[in-house]
Amino acid sequence: MRAQGWQLGHPGDTAMADTREGLEAFSDVLAVLAAGVFTLVGAIWFFGSSDPAMSFHGLLMMVASAIAGIYVLNVTFREKAAIAIGSYEPPEGYFDGPIKVTVVAAVIWGIAGFLVGVILALQLAYPALNFDLPWLSFGRLRPLHTSAVIFAFGGNVLIGTSFYVVQRTCHARLAGRWSPWFVVWGYQLFIAIAGTGYLLGITQAKEYAEPEWYADLFLTIIWVTYLLVFLGTIWRRKEPHIYVANWFYLAFIVTIAMLHLVNNAAIPVSFTSPASYILWSGVQDAMTQWWYGHNAVGFFLTAGFLGIMYYFIPKRVERPVYSYRLSIVHFWTLIFLYIWAGPHHLHYTALPDWAQTLGMTFSIMLWMPSWGGMINGLMTLSGAWDKLRTDAVVRLLVVSVAFYGMSTFEGPLMSIKAVNSLSHYTDWTIGHVHSGALGWVAMVSFGAIYCLVPWLWKRPGLYSMRLVEWHFWISTLGILLYITAMWVSGITQGLMWRAYDSLGFLQYSFIETVEAMHPYYVIRAIGGILFLIGGFIMAYNVWRTIRGDVPVDLAEQPRVAAAPGLRLQPAE
Amino acid sequence: MTYDSVATISQVVSLLMFVVLFAGVLAYALWPSNGPRFEAAQRSALDLDDSQNAKRGRP
Repeated sequence: MRAQGWQLGHPGDTAMADTREGLEAFSDVLAVLAAGVFTLVGAIWFFGSSDPAMSFHGLLMMVASAIAGIYVLNVTFREKAAIAIGSYEPPEGYFDGPIKVTVVAAVIWGIAGFLVGVILALQLAYPALNFDLPWLSFGRLRPLHTSAVIFAFGGNVLIGTSFYVVQRTCHARLAGRWSPWFVVWGYQLFIAIAGTGYLLGITQAKEYAEPEWYADLFLTIIWVTYLLVFLGTIWRRKEPHIYVANWFYLAFIVTIAMLHLVNNAAIPVSFTSPASYILWSGVQDAMTQWWYGHNAVGFFLTAGFLGIMYYFIPKRVERPVYSYRLSIVHFWTLIFLYIWAGPHHLHYTALPDWAQTLGMTFSIMLWMPSWGGMINGLMTLSGAWDKLRTDAVVRLLVVSVAFYGMSTFEGPLMSIKAVNSLSHYTDWTIGHVHSGALGWVAMVSFGAIYCLVPWLWKRPGLYSMRLVEWHFWISTLGILLYITAMWVSGITQGLMWRAYDSLGFLQYSFIETVEAMHPYYVIRAIGGILFLIGGFIMAYNVWRTIRGDVPVDLAEQPRVAAAPGLRLQPAE
Repeated sequence: MTYDSVATISQVVSLLMFVVLFAGVLAYALWPSNGPRFEAAQRSALDLDDSQNAKRGRP
């Protein structure tokens, strides 16, 4: 049966139809029950919590879950009615609805995250811009920015592309009936709870893991469902081999689950209090935090996006990966080395010296898989380098891989203790992070979004390739301004902090080093504004494409820009 | 058993484990007969062969 029909279910097969109806009824009941439980929990927090912010989160949870439950019931009854009059058509082919939600969400959250980043950059250059309001203070906006870009923008891109790639490379429909919808909408609810929590002052004060225990528990349920949907799809695959992009996605999903559970192991004060106490203390807590923090970089921002690289670059340039063997070595070495690199965040602290050296050594070893992977991604273009000139989407994807190479060269360099003694706590770190986050993660995401929108909405191409060109150049310029400003600023800062005069006193007071940063902070803000403008250009282009407007420059777009059914066959 | 001996033993054991794992990965990736299999598998997974796709009714 394996080689036949790749769609789920076989029309006309009554035994299959019965099983399917039974399964669907079971998942409907389960979905309604789950919605009921979440509504109840939300109600308990809404009515029971004395903390207004948590009470508000209870309200969000209650209303969203109730709407979801009513929606599921509505669909179920409509389908029952359709079955009764014989007009019901079971869903076939790929399950793309949830992916469309993530694509639109990624664009919206991306702009929100970049915008908050620009506000923060302007606040650093002109501190009066926080208007002395608690909700706009740097301490609250900063986690809003990092979470919005990493988890809301990046997370939606990862969930969406992983659902797309696993179906296409396994030639199987996404597993589950309501689960993929729960993953996608539940994740948006988690983002809303986490983000509004930061502004209202709710945080457990762990960098990149700020959400409190109740948001963490909700995310755990979403993430386990995500893992099951992904594994279920691989399980029903029609391709004997599991394509390498799926390995990277799976490593990302499994590792993030593990990191999230261990780093957020906390005891809440009570069921209706947002406060909690973490199980770890002192240097163990610091080590756990940076084991989490660096592997959020390694597995969320690297492994997951490498899954994108290994699918979207070959698909867009219509040739196989340069070396599939190298991709296997890339995968195993990357995941075995990354997990040990965290201690380099704790150089010259109370962490045992051998652990610091271990973190540094593994970081340096990461040069090998990182550059192996980069070469593999870039060389996939061999024989098709002209596409770099003619297709701006390919350019976004390929330049992102070049930035990946650059920031994975810089990272190990900065993990060396002697370099770290200069770079740590300075803006160099911020510059490094953004060359990775804007150059690699965001650029590869933009490339994937530009591929996905016409493919998912069945359009002949993007509304405008010219606008992709604009987006590419304006954001590249923004990134360059950002990272060069931060290099100069960071190294200046590091040198000023360690400068002594002839009598052994510090040469500069701290405020003098802050003052010296001002021009670079202005340049950084300009870079951020350019990057944000790029985001708006993308949103406009995506919106016009989804709306179905006739592309203005279809002749300039490659045949793969079109949705799979609308492509011209290549000339033999 | 002292802290130092635990640290030494665990470091040596993990080093050996990594060497064995890496050797295993290299053997799997570079095994001569696996090369053509990988290439065929990725072409099929990526739907790179248009004529094959048409035959199987895939977009």
